Amino acid sequence: MKADPKGVLTGAHFMDGDHAACEGALAAGCRFVAGYPITPSTEVVERFAARIPLVGGMFIQMEDEIASSIAIQGAVWGGAKVMTVTSGPGLSLMMEHIGLAAITECPCVFVDVQRGGPSTGLPTLPAQADMMQVKWGSHGDYEIIALAPNSPQECFDLMIKAFNLAERYRVPVFFMMDEVVGHMTERVVIPEAAAIEVEERRWTKKKPGEYKLYETGPDLVPEMVMAGQGHRIHVTGLTHDERGYPAMNPAAQEQLVERLLNKIREHNGDLVDVREDGVEGADVVVVSFGITSRVAGHAVEAARQQGLKVGHLRLVICWPFPAQLIRELSAKTKAFVVPELNMGQMVLEVERAAAGKAKVVSVPHAGGTVHEPEAILAAIREAGR
Amino acid sequence: MAKTEIRVGGLGGQGVILCGSIIGKAAALHDGKHATLIQAFGPEARGSACSAQVTVSDAVIGYPYVKQADILILMSPDAYQQFIPSLKPNGLLLYESDLIKIGHDLPAGARALGIPATRFAEELGRRLVLNIVMTGFFAGTTDIVKAEAVEKSVLESVPKGTEELNLKAFRKGLEYGRSLAAKAA
Repeated sequence: MKADPKGVLTGAHFMDGDHAACEGALAAGCRFVAGYPITPSTEVVERFAARIPLVGGMFIQMEDEIASSIAIQGAVWGGAKVMTVTSGPGLSLMMEHIGLAAITECPCVFVDVQRGGPSTGLPTLPAQADMMQVKWGSHGDYEIIALAPNSPQECFDLMIKAFNLAERYRVPVFFMMDEVVGHMTERVVIPEAAAIEVEERRWTKKKPGEYKLYETGPDLVPEMVMAGQGHRIHVTGLTHDERGYPAMNPAAQEQLVERLLNKIREHNGDLVDVREDGVEGADVVVVSFGITSRVAGHAVEAARQQGLKVGHLRLVICWPFPAQLIRELSAKTKAFVVPELNMGQMVLEVERAAAGKAKVVSVPHAGGTVHEPEAILAAIREAGR
Repeated sequence: MAKTEIRVGGLGGQGVILCGSIIGKAAALHDGKHATLIQAFGPEARGSACSAQVTVSDAVIGYPYVKQADILILMSPDAYQQFIPSLKPNGLLLYESDLIKIGHDLPAGARALGIPATRFAEELGRRLVLNIVMTGFFAGTTDIVKAEAVEKSVLESVPKGTEELNLKAFRKGLEYGRSLAAKAA
């Protein structure tokens, strides 16, 4: 399906990442946002609130993040494409409802413009320290998808992808921006609506009576219905059977939880999105994501000028983690270098996948600014030794 | 690869960020270059320190922060105190000459060009457009971004109905800058 032209601001703009993320959501068909504005994500909802009356849809400023994260899920069952927008402190409050979105298979996008933490931390300064939180933050076993844009242009482009993936897999999708990407202004080109592919909700064609809320085909993703169309449905956070009714027994638990995991794990190949630069034949591969990938790019260039064979692997989709790719690379490369604006989170995944076959060097940073390219260069030199 | 790092500094309310945004937009949308704009983002409000960092380059920009500036565009004494140490040797300082008094702290080899932008803005009828006078001054004294591109960006960036006033302000700064640059040459 093509994007609705009403939501697409075609043209070349000089725009910050927060605004571009909002435009990406509008282009993707997002017509309902509930949020509790928080720095450095405020500009996303500020723009959405200004634009949505012209496009047709709704923004609600809720009393808090807990309410925001549940209001969007109500809107999903009413038929809307939705997102909520926050930063670390708000994301922490949303955890319970992220689990609800996972178990009810509610397609929704959570935008996290990351700032320094823990707690209220550094409201106006960057970090990438919520990476493990979005993977593991709510209790129980479930899978999510997370993307990390590194420019305002990608805030637009990848936001459309985030919405499409939410619809395709019916999982909460996390859009992992950071303060720099959010507040940096750059050229953003928005194409014609006809050039933007948007994924339609997986509406069922089955009639009331034939339809079961959580019956699936081979891809393990169930079809949806909209409230008010005559289907009698029951949506619950309790473990449920195919009809959606509570089923409090180990067999139902095993069936449901395994499917929640496998609908992502069995599609891991489709969910690998990386940008490779000179990775083949490299002695050292830098693995980065988000704003850090831009700084790392400088370090990689500098290292090459010094005669080192360095590759750069940028994670666009961070979760699911491309473990198979890292596993294969670890047999061909001496070392991985992992710079990130946290004290060592995604590096744990690289270590897990490399499984001792290649050296893994962490380049942690507590946040508040970006790495000095020299710090990453020093780690590359050390790793290549 | 030509890369120019610019810092605009002044007080909240002087239009510091807009000045940076106009330059960045001119480069990125109207002059075929890459540009990033980062704004110093803190609890600043009207009347306190405020700055914008603009990088203009022929290639994709990785590191977007400006640590050492090739060009400083300064509109207040506080901004001068704060940012003058970050001017590169051989850098260029463009400053509001009625508000800022140049000291001995100008880096060796750096050039300084002043403009009474606030006075010019007042003469045009609104003190508010001093940032656009400064933007014109930048376009008149440098060749980082084509003057026509900056002018186009000014017209796109100012509120509707104020285009004529802002165009006058831009051209005032531009002409004053060109005359200074010609004198220096």
